[in-house]
Amino acid sequence: MEIYLPIADLPVNIFLVLAMGLAVGFVSGLFGIGGGFLMTPLLIFIGISPAVAVATVSTHIAASSFSGAVTYWRRRAIDLTLALMLLAGGIVGTVSGVWLFTALRGLGQLDITIGLSYVLLLGSVGAMMVIEGLRAMLRARQGKPVELRRPGSHTWIHGLPLKFRFKQSKIYVSAIPVCVIGLIMGFIGAIMGIGGGFLLVPMLIYFLRVPTNVVIGTSMVLTLVTMASATILHAATNHQVDAVLALILMVGGVTGAQFGARAGQKMRSERLRLLLGVLVLAVGSRFAFDLVVAPADLYTVRATGDAP
Amino acid sequence: MSRCRGPRMSVACALAASLHVFSALPARAERLVSSLSSHIVQITSNFTGVELVLFGTVENDPATAPRSSGYDIVATVTGPRQSVVTRRKERMFGIWFNAESRSFVQVPSFLEVLSTRPFENIANAETLRRQQIGIANTLLTEQIGSDIVEAIPNDQFREAFVRIKHERNLYGEVTNGVTFLTPTLYRASISVPAEAPIGTYDVDIKLFADGAVIARTNSAFEIKTVGFESFIVSAAVNYGLAYGVVTAMMAVMTGWFASIVFRRD
Repeated sequence: MEIYLPIADLPVNIFLVLAMGLAVGFVSGLFGIGGGFLMTPLLIFIGISPAVAVATVSTHIAASSFSGAVTYWRRRAIDLTLALMLLAGGIVGTVSGVWLFTALRGLGQLDITIGLSYVLLLGSVGAMMVIEGLRAMLRARQGKPVELRRPGSHTWIHGLPLKFRFKQSKIYVSAIPVCVIGLIMGFIGAIMGIGGGFLLVPMLIYFLRVPTNVVIGTSMVLTLVTMASATILHAATNHQVDAVLALILMVGGVTGAQFGARAGQKMRSERLRLLLGVLVLAVGSRFAFDLVVAPADLYTVRATGDAP
Repeated sequence: MSRCRGPRMSVACALAASLHVFSALPARAERLVSSLSSHIVQITSNFTGVELVLFGTVENDPATAPRSSGYDIVATVTGPRQSVVTRRKERMFGIWFNAESRSFVQVPSFLEVLSTRPFENIANAETLRRQQIGIANTLLTEQIGSDIVEAIPNDQFREAFVRIKHERNLYGEVTNGVTFLTPTLYRASISVPAEAPIGTYDVDIKLFADGAVIARTNSAFEIKTVGFESFIVSAAVNYGLAYGVVTAMMAVMTGWFASIVFRRD
């Protein structure tokens, strides 16, 4: 059944989009992430313009992270103080990200920027995750105990001023790295159409030593607010948020996430991490392929405005 | 005619053009009558394009003898005008970037030319060019700096623009698209793809005989979104901020709803 998307301005098969939402939702439930890094590329591959894809996926991630955040809130697994401080940086990052997005769209360099960002970020993070995952599996196979020492126990980060005590996380760190992490996440989220859960969770664990029981819930609060504000800002400046597309994706996404979460509980965590790394790397490679291979058509046409 | 640009000019231009046609009419007058099967195309959620039928007759003056050479008709459907940028990718450091670009201003978003025969059989090149018959003879204006100039026919960007529009079924020529059912009754079908933008579409019909335009008439139809789609588009464009807030709230509600429906404890 074809449905006409008003903002994307093209007809799509409603079941295809729903299936994409379900599939990405399954993956996001499996790994406890938003799944934006999969959804945005998928939408671009089915012919939706990168600008509409990025803006619309922010809405989708806001929905899936809210559903997750409610679950974690019930379990008291959210550090609100930490989340608020991350948000202080996150909002600034989102506003500047949307500003750059608008500027690049005007210059005609948005698509290439989105492509390059995916290659660089997903390529490097994916490679690190795969290496880390393989090491962990190798250690498990050799029968060695899992390393208990958390990497980066005391780094230069702990020497920074403006120290702050986060009671729920039981950590005592400077406000500077917290705000900077929030800023980075908000910025790349607005440009790339990703919540960045796959990036934020390791950052919080490695740099701030946030305990694993609160890290996912806290990261979801940040993702929720940055993506909801990205939705509003993209809608106000670029008019590229397609509410119909977003609704179909959301319904599929939140449903798929439930099944993913159940499947995830049956899998070993190091295997899950390796799998996620492979997935991240695959998406990055797909973008790299598109950038390097000669395009089928060197020319592109884009409307700049209707008749005045 | 070449100075006619912009919507404010269009009325004056149309008037000038019709005066021009009437003044050139020979003593033996034919009249062209036409109508469209529909004047409004509504885009609904399952819109996948539409086919419109253009039909009409050539009315002869009964006092004069019919022409021996027969008639030819060229119908030009022009969609709402818009400005576009055509960009060309170039390789830099092994990566393909958008490099050079050209701005086309006030060019038709949709252009379909239907005729009874290949254009070159209808009139000579000079007449076709003057009457802007066919895509190659249609004026496309380019903005270079602050100047607005006519794109030369073999300009690479103009060619690429027309080719891409053609691939999207937005520009096209059908040289057997108009058929005469009787010596005076004609019919043509205009296919509007799903990608055609909303707005007013002008249909300009010219009657040719002996290599010259002997009559001309106009018609128009409108493509518009209705109901929910129309509401979404106008809300997104005119009330971007409110639209964004509502969409974000919709996301939160969906998430909240899911957390209730799938609650396990």
